[in-house]
Amino acid sequence: MNTTLEKLSPWLFTIGIFVLWEAACRFFNIDTFILPSPSETFAAMAQHWWPLMRHSFVTLWTTMAGFALAVAFGIVLGLIVGWSRTIYRGLYPVMIGFNCIPKVAVVPILIMWFGIGEVPAILTAFLISFFPIVVNVATGLATMEPELEDVLRALGARKLDIMLKVGIPRTQPYLFGSLKVAITLAFVGTVVSETVGANAGLGYQIALAGSSFQMPLVFAALLLLAVEGIAMYAVFAYIEVYFTRWAFRSSMSAAA
Amino acid sequence: MTASVDIGNVDLTYKGVSGGVLALKGTTLNVERGEFAAVVGPSGCGKSSLMKLVTGLVPADTGEIVIFGDKVRGPVKIAGMAFQNPNLLPWRKVVDNVLLPLEIVQPHRQRFRSHKAEYREQARALLATVGLDGFGERYPWELSGGMQQRVSLCRALIHQPALLMLDEPFAALDAFTREELWCVLRDLWQKLRFTVILVTHDLREAAFLADTIHVMSARPGRIVMSKPVDLRRPRDLDICFEPQFIEIVHELRAKIAEVRQA
Repeated sequence: MNTTLEKLSPWLFTIGIFVLWEAACRFFNIDTFILPSPSETFAAMAQHWWPLMRHSFVTLWTTMAGFALAVAFGIVLGLIVGWSRTIYRGLYPVMIGFNCIPKVAVVPILIMWFGIGEVPAILTAFLISFFPIVVNVATGLATMEPELEDVLRALGARKLDIMLKVGIPRTQPYLFGSLKVAITLAFVGTVVSETVGANAGLGYQIALAGSSFQMPLVFAALLLLAVEGIAMYAVFAYIEVYFTRWAFRSSMSAAA
Repeated sequence: MTASVDIGNVDLTYKGVSGGVLALKGTTLNVERGEFAAVVGPSGCGKSSLMKLVTGLVPADTGEIVIFGDKVRGPVKIAGMAFQNPNLLPWRKVVDNVLLPLEIVQPHRQRFRSHKAEYREQARALLATVGLDGFGERYPWELSGGMQQRVSLCRALIHQPALLMLDEPFAALDAFTREELWCVLRDLWQKLRFTVILVTHDLREAAFLADTIHVMSARPGRIVMSKPVDLRRPRDLDICFEPQFIEIVHELRAKIAEVRQA
């Protein structure tokens, strides 16, 4: 019985929040203009379903494109950084500095370069989400057990051998773990860019509806964004377990 | 018999953040071909440094290390190593863990892909000799600590190294499993006759397994006593209760107590 409750609990909590929200709106008689109730939000969603669908799709594909770039670039840079201490020390301050720059400040530059459209959104998603991937891949390489490295070096293994046989495989749990963080960040990047300047996407929809005081539509777009984020997170959580089952199992057996 | 490992008057300094630490000073050690040597000493005396020196993983400041007639310049390629932590790769099955050295060491490296079945058979046979028959297709996390350590031993031996370096391989195991693995190592050694350098804290372990026990001083480490163990072979665990055995352990103990105070 406990396990069914545990399985249902995400749904129960989500529904509970909506119920609370609805009750609060009615009980305190909150103006739609301040906080639309869930029923009004869902009504707006039904009414504007076609533009919302279109914008959701734009946001989804630009996010995935930016995320794909981030994964490719993040893995390569992570391997390079994890490979050599010199490169690690050299690049780390630069990367941290870059990561500290608010990406919303970069969007106008990207729009200047590439014009209004999907490209700035893709690039912002990429810029905001590659950092955790780099850090995790580099950490996976850097935390290799020194004894294991000794075992291999005493066999005459070159650095490349050690990387291929041990370093890269053991980095996998770190990589897949970081993808879950990175995908949600990528959504943030896309929407930030769409809000600043775009002609499609949920961020654009939110900015547009906000400027015409259509608060239920704003909230409908926000909800769809959350749904997309949860769905993609779930996809990558599944991929993580699928590819790195050994990491989960071995940690479970260590606890047993 | 010819010397297989010859360490002559070696100094070793570790360069740390807070200046260098002299780990070994004037260390001299001689191990003959096929001999089982044990190195004991107080903790932090540089026993593990000795391992790294012999396998060429760190260079000596001064002095010379000769292994099977060749001066050590870089990592030697004929050594198998095992440590306190089995360090198995969790994403590989047991048999693939054992095969890892063959994917790296010459000449197996070139032949590995084309002769995979043959090598797997070899690995399975080796696993069977340490009592892990039928465990090849399991993953390391499905095995107990003692079984993992057996796999680690197999991995150290699969490429038939002339020299086996063991750094406290049984320290993390419970007493019964440890004694069991002493016997596993004894049998493997008696069958394959490689040269062994076993670094350990456990004097009984050293006395049970070794031909010669070398006692190291506190840091900076050097060999202060080399004690031949004249117990009959093959030895069984009952020998640990014989007066001659106990006398050896007592003598070693006294010597280590002495160097700890010095």
